[in-house]
Amino acid sequence: MRFNDAIIGGVIIAFALAMMLYTLTFPTMPGQAYGPDLFPLVIGAGMVLCGLALVVRGLRAGDALMALGPWAEDRSHLINLALVPGVLLFYVGLSDFLGFVITSVIVLTVLLLRFGVARRTTFIIAPVTTLFIHTVFAKLLLVPLPWGLLLPIAW
Amino acid sequence: MDVFLEAVPLALDPYVLLIMLGAAVFGLFVGSIPGLTATMATALLVPMTFFMEPVPALAAIATTVAMAIFAGDIPGALLRIPGTPASAAYVDEAFNMTQKGQAELALGTSLVCAVIGGLFGTLVLATLAPVLADFALNFSSFEYFWLACLGLSCAVVVSTGSTVKGLVSLLIGLLISTVGIDIMAGYPRFTFGSVELMGGISFIPAMIGMFAISEVLRYVTTTEAPLAVPQQAIRSIFSGLGAILRRYKLNIARGSVIGTAVGILPGAGADIAAWIAYAISKRFSREPERFGKGHVEGLTDAGAANNAGLGGAWVPAIVFGIPGDSITAIVIGVLYMKGMNPGPTVFLNDPQLIYAVFIAFFIANIALLPLGFLAIRSSRQILRVPRNVLMPVILMFCVVGAFAINNTSFGIMVMLCLGILAYLMEENGFPVAPTILGIVLGGMLEQNFMTSMIKARGDFLVFFERPIAGVLGVVTILVWLMVIAGALRRGIKAKPEAEAAR
Repeated sequence: MRFNDAIIGGVIIAFALAMMLYTLTFPTMPGQAYGPDLFPLVIGAGMVLCGLALVVRGLRAGDALMALGPWAEDRSHLINLALVPGVLLFYVGLSDFLGFVITSVIVLTVLLLRFGVARRTTFIIAPVTTLFIHTVFAKLLLVPLPWGLLLPIAW
Repeated sequence: MDVFLEAVPLALDPYVLLIMLGAAVFGLFVGSIPGLTATMATALLVPMTFFMEPVPALAAIATTVAMAIFAGDIPGALLRIPGTPASAAYVDEAFNMTQKGQAELALGTSLVCAVIGGLFGTLVLATLAPVLADFALNFSSFEYFWLACLGLSCAVVVSTGSTVKGLVSLLIGLLISTVGIDIMAGYPRFTFGSVELMGGISFIPAMIGMFAISEVLRYVTTTEAPLAVPQQAIRSIFSGLGAILRRYKLNIARGSVIGTAVGILPGAGADIAAWIAYAISKRFSREPERFGKGHVEGLTDAGAANNAGLGGAWVPAIVFGIPGDSITAIVIGVLYMKGMNPGPTVFLNDPQLIYAVFIAFFIANIALLPLGFLAIRSSRQILRVPRNVLMPVILMFCVVGAFAINNTSFGIMVMLCLGILAYLMEENGFPVAPTILGIVLGGMLEQNFMTSMIKARGDFLVFFERPIAGVLGVVTILVWLMVIAGALRRGIKAKPEAEAAR
């Protein structure tokens, strides 16, 4: 997904100005000339300058405002692209309830099948990877991965 | 010497050696797979190091990176695709040698030069870092402010693509570092009432997102055909190698020195070291016309340089806390996590730990010889691992790694957001490395900036009053002026061109 530099520059300027306005709500330190707003303000000023430079450059180059990669014409690539954030959100939302093992097997199975891995391979790799990760992180490194539904048979 | 003797058992602990062996196999595997970089290997490794003692943690990172940077040469020579960006400089050269039937010679030369370069870089690191640290003990907030500015400016200047975009990338990183409780006044900035944002954006999920999730996103949108598996069988690697090493011993030495020096420069790492060493090799060669056509000479220079750069990059990272590249930025994050705050005092507080890491560095580079040999022998098997299996597995590791730092799903969200950000940035020509440097260095830069401003009472001249601070300040400003002058010159030039084009 490529945007014209002018658009990116505009977004950066708008973002920086909004951020700088927000820093006005920061309190000042009594007896100090410089408060917690100083550093963000310096960063914001830098962003505005860079944004302006990008706008000038983008307008001068005169490229298309937005160009999608070759993948955008292909539905299957679009689905893949949405799938990655999708499975991550699915994990965040349901891992506490379903537990790590079940969620991970689902996520891996969906992705592997979607990426064209053979079914038989998928049904081996998804559980084996899950158990491997679970053993390394939950058993060896003692990360409290959620058990969820499997809590009664936790091992 | 006493410290050194204390350090030896720390580094030779069987547990540490076992971790290093695992890290080595991991590094060789990730480095040999095109699209998976040494930085990504480090990013995936850090969640594990989170649970280790400082010495095995840092030894694991050093080993992984040394192995991955060499292993990047393998697909470069066999498939003409660099496994990591550090191999890109001489990928054509190595592939042309393969086409002439000299794949073994190309890989053997790469391996031995990598070992020599890596050992040289480590030697410089181990001798130079303590001396520099002694010197740096006198630094105040002014010197650190300028050092951080200089390091970040260099990172922007040498980053790929346009300088403005590099600067934007850096500013994004610095802004991300300001999220959370402010260090001077204790005020929660940009937290929007979220308790989890109060602690700031943890650097590990951020880094996993920027270097691994973005790579997965790029994989799912790629329309390129899957990689071919190299056909040629690998025979004896070491035959004919002795003659080449003798003939080009000065090249190897030169590559090692250049690589280490470039690595020490803040902002430049192994990939730039390889490009510079290759260019210099061609420039001073007696047979420059043979370069690019499968001539081994450039390989000796650049193959030594990128591995030498790794040791060099640790010098500013450990001594000043200023990273030379994105990998050492991660190292600095790990040092902070381990309570070994980088800076000259690390040699006063925990010298035996640092020396143990240096020893581990030496061991890793020596172990590269046999392990690299095995990796070359099994390269066809490694390159046969299908990426549609690899990517979901990597994604799951990322999820658990991001979760493991605070044991909350918040880390996974941070990882996802920054992964999407990094993907969009790279698509639009914004380099990602400055962002990660900004996230890591932001807190230190702000603290030194605020301390200096308060000490100076707003008088900016005080920033130049101390001699070293003055020199550093002037150099930094010269770098800025050079960049601005270059941009203006190009701007004036570009205008008539653009008009002529219409």
